[in-house]
Amino acid sequence: MQPGDLIASDQGARPGSASDIAEAWAVLAEVMDPEVPVVSVVDLGIVREVDWQQGHVHLVVTPTYSGCPATEVIEDDIRQALEQAGFATPNLERRLTPAWNTDLITAQGRERLRAYGIAPPVGSSSKRSLLGESTAICCPQCNSSNTELLSQFGSTACKALYRCRDCLEPFDYFKCI
Amino acid sequence: MNDDLIQYLLRLGDTALIQGQRLCEWCGNAPALEEELALMNVGLDLVGQARNWLEYAAELLNDGRTADDLAFGRDERSFRNLLLVEQPNGDYAVTMTKQFLYDAWHFDVLQQLCNSSDERIAGIAAKALKEVTYHLRRSGEWIQRLGDGTEESHARMLAAIEQVWRFTVELGAADETEQRLAAAGIAADHDKAANAWLAEVTQIFTLATLPVPSPANYFYLSGRKGLHTEHLGFILAEMQYLPRTYPNATW
Repeated sequence: MQPGDLIASDQGARPGSASDIAEAWAVLAEVMDPEVPVVSVVDLGIVREVDWQQGHVHLVVTPTYSGCPATEVIEDDIRQALEQAGFATPNLERRLTPAWNTDLITAQGRERLRAYGIAPPVGSSSKRSLLGESTAICCPQCNSSNTELLSQFGSTACKALYRCRDCLEPFDYFKCI
Repeated sequence: MNDDLIQYLLRLGDTALIQGQRLCEWCGNAPALEEELALMNVGLDLVGQARNWLEYAAELLNDGRTADDLAFGRDERSFRNLLLVEQPNGDYAVTMTKQFLYDAWHFDVLQQLCNSSDERIAGIAAKALKEVTYHLRRSGEWIQRLGDGTEESHARMLAAIEQVWRFTVELGAADETEQRLAAAGIAADHDKAANAWLAEVTQIFTLATLPVPSPANYFYLSGRKGLHTEHLGFILAEMQYLPRTYPNATW
């Protein structure tokens, strides 16, 4: 590091306003999940806080699963999108607590999942729905509740694999956690 | 207390890591596509959890090593995983028996750790518990399906239990490290976890028409002390090959 680097690297620092925060949220609403490209990081509820700290936008992001391989990709995408929108050196903080759960997926996120062919999580993330018998999952294609579980794990850790007994389509179900 | 905590984090992290690595050996070899996806997803959860535990351990060690250095740079004497998870996968009965015996213990330990006085531990545990709930449900269903299945699957389950049961001795009796940490409200009460584990195992084995063996006795090795069976060295040889051969390799 050369003298002056620190000062130079912080040239983007400036006071933030409420409209900056609102704009940051708007930018985030366009950052899509790399594996389910129809829902944004805001729809998924993984951006927990946005504020302004030490002259830069500051975000708290929470991973969906401990081993989710998309975590780093999502963080890079968020950083890039904010920088392109003019936010210099966004400060991303990864936080585990309180743990992300599927109740945080917004109503719009659920609808987008369904339209994409992924059944959104049913019920709340309480332990009862985790351990108890699975509730009826509706087919995202024909809306029939006559479906069956094929495997508790689907194409990614956050999904289970189901099949519709009426239209016979297999589909992913976004698991409740 | 710091040394105790580091040891404890290595036990949790190494056990999750080695179990995850073992599951990955099924990649490309599983009996059905759905099973392969499930095994890999469970493995991925566990490797992710291992990273969370080892990152915390690395911070406390404060000697410049990262979680990756701990995973890929230590030899077998430094690993603190349970002996159960380093055992070979064998057939599907052995794989699922190991998984279930671990899940049932893991579930109760994590449940307790959610109330740890150490907030970092409580946070990692709360996240992991959601995942392990699914692991336990799935492995418990497999035990029932295989135990109460055909004559062949039942016989294989009996053989699998016979093979790995002796390693469950490590799930019981807390050692001094765990006792000190539990007294401070940091670690789980491992005697309590052992009781909860036995209750869960008894319930599922009964449903699976499998006899519950008498409690495992003394075993001459101890994963907690870094004294492992011969199998761990082979796992590490494969898992650590790339970072040891090409240090700092990235892609």
